[in-house]
Amino acid sequence: MEKFLRDATEFVPILLQGVGLTILVTLGSLVLSTILGLLWALMRVSGIRALGAVSAGLINLIRGIPIIVLLFYLYFVMPDFGITLTALQAAILGLGIAYSAYQAENFRAGIEAIDKGQVEAAQAIGMGWGLTMRRVILPQAIRIVLPPYGNIMIMLLKDSSQASTITVAELALQGKLIASSTFKNTSVFTLVALMYLTMSIPLILLVRHFENRASGR
Amino acid sequence: MIELCNVHKSFGHLKVLKGISASVARSEVVCIIGPSGSGKSTLLRCINGLESYEAGDILVEGARVERELPSIVAIRTKVSMVFQRFNLFPHRTALENVVEGPIYVKREPRLEALARGRNLLAKVGLAEKVDAYPAQLSGGQQQRVAIARALAMQPTAILFDEPTSALDPELVGEVLSVMRKLAEDGMTMLVVTHEMGFARDVADRVLFIDGGVIIEEGPAKTLLNQPQQARTQDFLRRVLHPL
Repeated sequence: MEKFLRDATEFVPILLQGVGLTILVTLGSLVLSTILGLLWALMRVSGIRALGAVSAGLINLIRGIPIIVLLFYLYFVMPDFGITLTALQAAILGLGIAYSAYQAENFRAGIEAIDKGQVEAAQAIGMGWGLTMRRVILPQAIRIVLPPYGNIMIMLLKDSSQASTITVAELALQGKLIASSTFKNTSVFTLVALMYLTMSIPLILLVRHFENRASGR
Repeated sequence: MIELCNVHKSFGHLKVLKGISASVARSEVVCIIGPSGSGKSTLLRCINGLESYEAGDILVEGARVERELPSIVAIRTKVSMVFQRFNLFPHRTALENVVEGPIYVKREPRLEALARGRNLLAKVGLAEKVDAYPAQLSGGQQQRVAIARALAMQPTAILFDEPTSALDPELVGEVLSVMRKLAEDGMTMLVVTHEMGFARDVADRVLFIDGGVIIEEGPAKTLLNQPQQARTQDFLRRVLHPL
């Protein structure tokens, strides 16, 4: 234990640099996946068949490719087509695209859970599609969508570690680098695990708060 | 004001409306009665474009109802609708429900719309409930909010789709009396209903629909007291004397 604490004081400052990048990757891809996911979901429920088909195809394509392959593709293959991304850009883009599929399915489920009568009532007072979504459907769907959204945030935080495979020096990669140069595997990876857990706990509490609110009324 | 000419409508292979022709004049109250599945709700929903129809014409003040065209918005602001299951917006208060259309669709000044909304809620007897959410209101109160919401659009006509069918029996009266008051004020109303008492007392005319066609129509008292057609007689007997 004493040895672990000594290692901790030595390694934590280095690992914290990784934490910064982990948070950056997570937040970046969260924002991107939310925007894309909402776009796919709205295309899906637009009632325009072509848009729905494109969205369904995209979602299946994204879901069928492992995140790590998507990251390799963006980081190692895109340069062949003249698009060179930094490792951080590729990580945020890759995770954002990968998670947009889950976001889309969550948003769609939330939107479709709203009673059809709500759409009819909105139409009956002359609302078009956009106004119906903005004023009637989405404000109600958000209650349903938030608890799963919180879970997606937790998954995304953990999956941000996959960015290590394309050289983003986030928490997991920093840990691996320290471990391979000091051979203190136990101390290092215990610290890494504790740090992920520490970041997850606020999110877990947030999910619980969302769930309580969703069942409240 | 509302004219229907040879309207046909099917859901897949099922023909729901088979050539309906009718008209509703300004300030007239017309009740549509008939067995369930006869197409009366569908007919109502075609008039404000919630459903499409395949053949025939529906005209509202001379404008053809076509749900795919932008002109449907103008028709919907002229012809309001009250639903069987109220369909209030659960995330908004009674007053917010009422002013939603005026503010966001008709772009009326907010304060004006709110003042008018309060008056309308007072008119349906809910002055105390402006800030209540739908879940805090009884069915009868919710339906009265829905009527206020329909009135807030300043429509020339209101369509009522079985407005009391989802209510507990003791709450039916409060909704019917609001509707009666509207009729007395000269509102044009087309009402799908099973309330024969209301139809007899308030309606100018009654249409009896069965199997997607109008079997019989006439002045309310005449049709309900001395129906000519066998199907009408049979239907009324079963409704009025269910045992």
